[in-house]
Amino acid sequence: MTVQSPSTARTPRTTRTPGADLPDQPDSLWRSAEPRRSYDVVIVGGGGHGLATAHYLAKDHGITDVAVLEKGWLAGGNMARNTTIIRSNYLWDESSAIYEHALQLWEGLEEDLGYPILFSQRGVLNLAHTLQDVRDSVRRVEANRLNGVDAEWLEPDEVRKVCPVVNTSADIRYPVLGATYQPRAGIAKHDHVAWGFARRADQAGIDLVQDCEVTGFASDGDRVTGVHTTRGTIAAGTVALCAAGSTSVLTDMLGIRVPIQSHPLQALVSELLEPVHPTVVMSNAVHVYVSQAHKGELVMGAGVDSYNGYGQRGAFHVIERQMAAAVELFPVFARAHLLRTWAGIVDTSPDASPIVGRTPYENVWLNCGWGTGGFKATPGIGSALAHTIASGEPHPLVAPFSLDRFVSGALVDEHGAAAVAH
Amino acid sequence: MSTLFRTTSGGRIDRATTVEFTFDGQTLTGHPGDTLASALLANGRHVVATSVKYGRPRGIAAAWAEDPGGLVQVEEPFPEPMLLATTVELFDGLAAHGLPGQGRLADVPDSARYDAVHAHVDVLVVGAGPAGLAAALTAARAGARVTLVDEQSEAGGSLLGGTDRLDGAPALQWVAAAVAELARHPEVLHLQRTTAFGAYDDGFVLALERRTDHLGTAAPKHLSRQRVWRIRARQVVLATGAHERPVVFADNDRPGTMLAGAARTFLHRYGVLPGREAVVFTTDDTAYDAALDLHAAGVRVQAVVDARPGGSPQRREQCERAGIRVLSGAVVTGTRGDERVTHALVAPFAGGEVGAAGAIGCDLLLVSGGWNPAVHLFSQVRGRLRYDAGRGAFLPGEELDGVVVTGSAAGVADLAGCLADGQRGGRAALARLDIAPTADDRLPAAPDPVVPAAPLVLWRVPDTSGAEGATSFVDLQRDATVADIARAVGAGLRSIEHVKRYTTIGTAHDQGKTSGVLTSGIVAELLGVPVQDTGTTTFRPPYTPVAFAALAGRDRGRLFDPERVTALHDWHVAAGAVFEDVGQWKRPRHYPRPGEDMEAAVLRECAAARTGVGILDGSTLGKIDVQGPDAAVLLDRLYTNLMSSLKVGSVRYGVMCGVDGMVIDDGTVLRLAEDRFLLLTTTGGAAKVLDWMEEWAQTEWPDLRVHCTSVTEQWSTFPVVGPRSRDVIGAVFPGVDVSTEAFPFMTWRDTTLDGVPVRLARISFSGELAFEVYVNPWYAVAVWERLLEAGRPYGITPYGTEAMHVLRAEKGYPIIGQDTDGTVTPHDLGMAWAVSKKKPDFIGKRSFARPANADPLRKQLVGLLPVDRETVLPEGSQIVEFRADGRLPAPPVPMLGHVTSSYRSAELARPFALALVKGGRERIGDTVHVPVGGTLVPVEVTGSVLVDPEGARRDG
Amino acid sequence: MQLIACPWCGPREEVEFSYGGQAHVPYPDSPAELSDEEWAHYVFFRDNPRGRFAERWNHNAGCRRWFNAIRDTSTYRFESVYRLDDPKPVTP
Repeated sequence: MTVQSPSTARTPRTTRTPGADLPDQPDSLWRSAEPRRSYDVVIVGGGGHGLATAHYLAKDHGITDVAVLEKGWLAGGNMARNTTIIRSNYLWDESSAIYEHALQLWEGLEEDLGYPILFSQRGVLNLAHTLQDVRDSVRRVEANRLNGVDAEWLEPDEVRKVCPVVNTSADIRYPVLGATYQPRAGIAKHDHVAWGFARRADQAGIDLVQDCEVTGFASDGDRVTGVHTTRGTIAAGTVALCAAGSTSVLTDMLGIRVPIQSHPLQALVSELLEPVHPTVVMSNAVHVYVSQAHKGELVMGAGVDSYNGYGQRGAFHVIERQMAAAVELFPVFARAHLLRTWAGIVDTSPDASPIVGRTPYENVWLNCGWGTGGFKATPGIGSALAHTIASGEPHPLVAPFSLDRFVSGALVDEHGAAAVAH
Repeated sequence: MSTLFRTTSGGRIDRATTVEFTFDGQTLTGHPGDTLASALLANGRHVVATSVKYGRPRGIAAAWAEDPGGLVQVEEPFPEPMLLATTVELFDGLAAHGLPGQGRLADVPDSARYDAVHAHVDVLVVGAGPAGLAAALTAARAGARVTLVDEQSEAGGSLLGGTDRLDGAPALQWVAAAVAELARHPEVLHLQRTTAFGAYDDGFVLALERRTDHLGTAAPKHLSRQRVWRIRARQVVLATGAHERPVVFADNDRPGTMLAGAARTFLHRYGVLPGREAVVFTTDDTAYDAALDLHAAGVRVQAVVDARPGGSPQRREQCERAGIRVLSGAVVTGTRGDERVTHALVAPFAGGEVGAAGAIGCDLLLVSGGWNPAVHLFSQVRGRLRYDAGRGAFLPGEELDGVVVTGSAAGVADLAGCLADGQRGGRAALARLDIAPTADDRLPAAPDPVVPAAPLVLWRVPDTSGAEGATSFVDLQRDATVADIARAVGAGLRSIEHVKRYTTIGTAHDQGKTSGVLTSGIVAELLGVPVQDTGTTTFRPPYTPVAFAALAGRDRGRLFDPERVTALHDWHVAAGAVFEDVGQWKRPRHYPRPGEDMEAAVLRECAAARTGVGILDGSTLGKIDVQGPDAAVLLDRLYTNLMSSLKVGSVRYGVMCGVDGMVIDDGTVLRLAEDRFLLLTTTGGAAKVLDWMEEWAQTEWPDLRVHCTSVTEQWSTFPVVGPRSRDVIGAVFPGVDVSTEAFPFMTWRDTTLDGVPVRLARISFSGELAFEVYVNPWYAVAVWERLLEAGRPYGITPYGTEAMHVLRAEKGYPIIGQDTDGTVTPHDLGMAWAVSKKKPDFIGKRSFARPANADPLRKQLVGLLPVDRETVLPEGSQIVEFRADGRLPAPPVPMLGHVTSSYRSAELARPFALALVKGGRERIGDTVHVPVGGTLVPVEVTGSVLVDPEGARRDG
Repeated sequence: MQLIACPWCGPREEVEFSYGGQAHVPYPDSPAELSDEEWAHYVFFRDNPRGRFAERWNHNAGCRRWFNAIRDTSTYRFESVYRLDDPKPVTP
């Protein structure tokens, strides 16, 4: 009996489109560690931020007596649910600095991790649909350039050259008046990123502990001495909270108030399609953000559901609205099919900027409030938080994002201009 | 090619009519009632597509949406990617081809229409198989308002693919009678070709009705192609049936390999023989029906290969009577063939060990590994599943409020049981609604079920081929194999979610309908843990893929977002206005004359307002009528300045801040009476401000006797602006004394024009003498034209938003949202004068005292004058310190602020700008740089009021 | 998408409502007397529990009235709705 192996399979009558598949994953990823009784550093939350922090603690600071505690499966929260857009073209100096730091790390991450993370710098277009959008866009482009972030303003005909399927005609409710363009922006494969960090951390001897939910904290004065978990109590020299949408559950246990609200944020994907969309397009006015991922599927994010929710699901009218916006901006998408929808829990802050830094406990560091920006920040916050943990001082890149800015009023307000009014 | 594989009779196809279609460029024929898949099979064609990763040929492996093999691209009548040949109904002129994993979008717009309908029902029944029909009949007979949806072209479900009999007649006669009875109930809506694809809270179910797809080019253009039903049901009965599950073995993807039940469906429903020589591989009794039926239809059934050591005694006896060989305790270990299967490799199987295989010739290999209840919708609505080890399936594991699962979706195996369970489900739903079932709620008589032999749960046949599972396909669409799962587990992965992501199983078009449970089983086996612990990945909407356009519905183009236009819109269009989107409003931006560009038009319009008279359609300004004895108290708490001291008949400008002290809106307030105010808001802020006021009034100060109502649409508003505006107003309203003494600045008067009430107000957003005219929109055109007529001697000039912006910017009046961005206080705008010092508190006041508000480097609104008197600074430009060398240093370059508004001024005869600049008011007189297109433009920082800083012009 | 029971109008579709966050956070009697930290907590800090949450809703596209609700943020289920002048229900 002969076996037809895949490589000798009969030549297909129709050739397959290149790129419709992904590179193989490695044969070894990480141990499922049993928690030890004590660690120098305990990171609560095994998502992208927690895993990246673990990686940089080992790589940059030689700190490996570290546990990453994950209540479910590793990187199964927002890391597994985001739309993988990476960019650094934020308005304010403080924001563009941390995101640009991240972007520079993204550019070397595949090599650093030794993992095919499929970082594709295909550029991102942020569309402008009103005159105020244009003003805000120019303002951001000019600020980006002065901050050393690549940015261009594109007129509609230039938008069409970058992404021919965008409807730049006047035959649309809110015509495209132009766009900002960041050529170095792009997408990466989220699972590969998380697993690349996890594998490196594991190789460095860091324990990645899954199915380990934190149920409380042991404290002594202004120090936390350990964490109680569903897998026992673990003593900790330093604790870093990297729990995104679940942060409030932890800070409630610690008696710390943090101004974040957790909301469902839905996303969706189409079936695999031949390449039609070469870049990333984002629009606030016609609410869309979309890219065509590596296998050919269109990946889109919907709007945030209005209410607080930890359910990892949202309402369908949000998806319907998203589809209307997508077809409005990309008429060729009409007969693409919605294949799957899902939701994450985004931790939104009052000024749409993250909250990173000290807590009332001297050995507990906070990292939350990234809202929809968490994925793109992953290596940046990982390295900055690792530095912060190692040095005991907030890294300059995270210093502006301290919790006390809400008291002083020195916000980093990325909401940008409100709806234009005149 | 003739349709060699069509039976001579039977099936639900219209044999009298032949339709022509093309597949992969080849012209073929079929019949109405066929699917593309059945028509291809009737033409002897199994190979449909090639696989995504390995380019292996793939064929039709199931008969409906669970098919993992037959992916096609439709090209005619309109390109649509990634459909299943099994779900595309055949029509004349259909052109399609097989897919290598990726579909292709049309490069022309889709002209089809899509829409959505809401339905509110007592009972929604999903699935019109035996259980669903029984449930629907029970509910309908009791008088409930019922909707029945089913994804197929006709009702019947599993009965369409079998030979069952009810009441002693073919079961489809009962189906027809049931459908007819349902049609007689006025409160029943019965939709076929309608797939319930999403289940949400509180009985909300989304269903997609395919209204014209099956008609092809004959589809009437006026009908929507597809319709989304948004169904709100008090009770949902899920009668969604079950999907047959394959068993995995080496080369199990070879075309000609098919689920056993699917072969029965092709035979009975479509009159198609999926092959001539069949081997049937099973782990339970149901596949024997396929063997027996195909045998009866003339297919040579070479063997039934039953993995169970003892097989099924009663089924063996049936087969022996028919002359079909049964091999118990045996498995299929692989296949041979070029493209299509030519041999099944069959080996003894005992104690988990596989013996030596022999080849049995066949062109059709049927497989059955048991049945997976279609629990997708139940799971979507957060029903917990429980694993049933006896049948190797996940079943609904709890009762949910508002959801009843019946029939094979609940694990019921036989027809009589499904009918009874459907009735039970219908009655359970009625009971929750307090509706009594009727006494004559009769079920048809079904044959007594035969107790089947216990099934064997077998996920995969050990791979003896030497390929170590690398050709044992679990997810055919993703080309994912047992070897891939083994690698995932070997890499350290334990969670089924991780394995799914590592292997990509379940992420393709079929969303793992056949592969999901198999993966759970195989992972559990490899890890040595119970399947219950492994669980399944989460079922997420949609159940089957739905076109984007269907979900977009009518909300496209002009209907994407409501378009708001003023009563004068047609006049503006006729006058050649160029429009701007402001919120949802269409506003004239300028009115170019022939040969004019925008700059020329705006300079002309501005000059008219500054030297003669201009007129603006300001009707989009938000207007809120605030009434009640405590109206003034509310306004005092919400505006930064004092409103209670405003006299009746007077007008005051006011600013509103958020609790954080940042400006959220501004506008003028008219006091109409002691207990009544008319608030003007920005165009974009109108709804937000009304919401804001109502929120505070209701939630914080319910003791205040005050009510707020939007009257934006009740008043058309025309500012008449310029030194000659008094002449115009005086001429149109001769009864009004328009002198400054009688009608001072910031006052209003009511008057009439030919009996029509008109309100006039001395408000100026330009610094010029100006009158705002308010009138019911019904009379807007008439009043506007009267004003134009009266203004003709003075060259009255309609102007748009752009000229309005220039005029206000020359006076340093900010536009909230343009010159502010949510980080700007009234003090930053230089409006300390509008912040009351008398009031003990108002919204935002406490935040002014925060440390960051005292920062001397806060950004403040100032004017900018380009030193070259020529450059119009692009709005949004950043501002940097003056560089003596005229060159930007390397980044990062500290920024001082940005240009918020910038125009060419007719009045100043030079360009100017407004900007937010750090410590700006301290820097008046400084020269700074603005980078513009690679050069640094020197600009002088000035005060924000550049025209008539003394305010001498407001009274003309 | 849920059906939300407006205390005045009865059950209506979720799309008719807007969300108002945590309920029972009164405007301070004398903001001027609060420390910056106390004021910041009023302005920016709201509870964010996983589980039962007393929160504000507005029937924006209906009667436009505000009301309060007890809802579970993990299941999204409304346990009760009550008018602004009703006391917060005593939860079991």
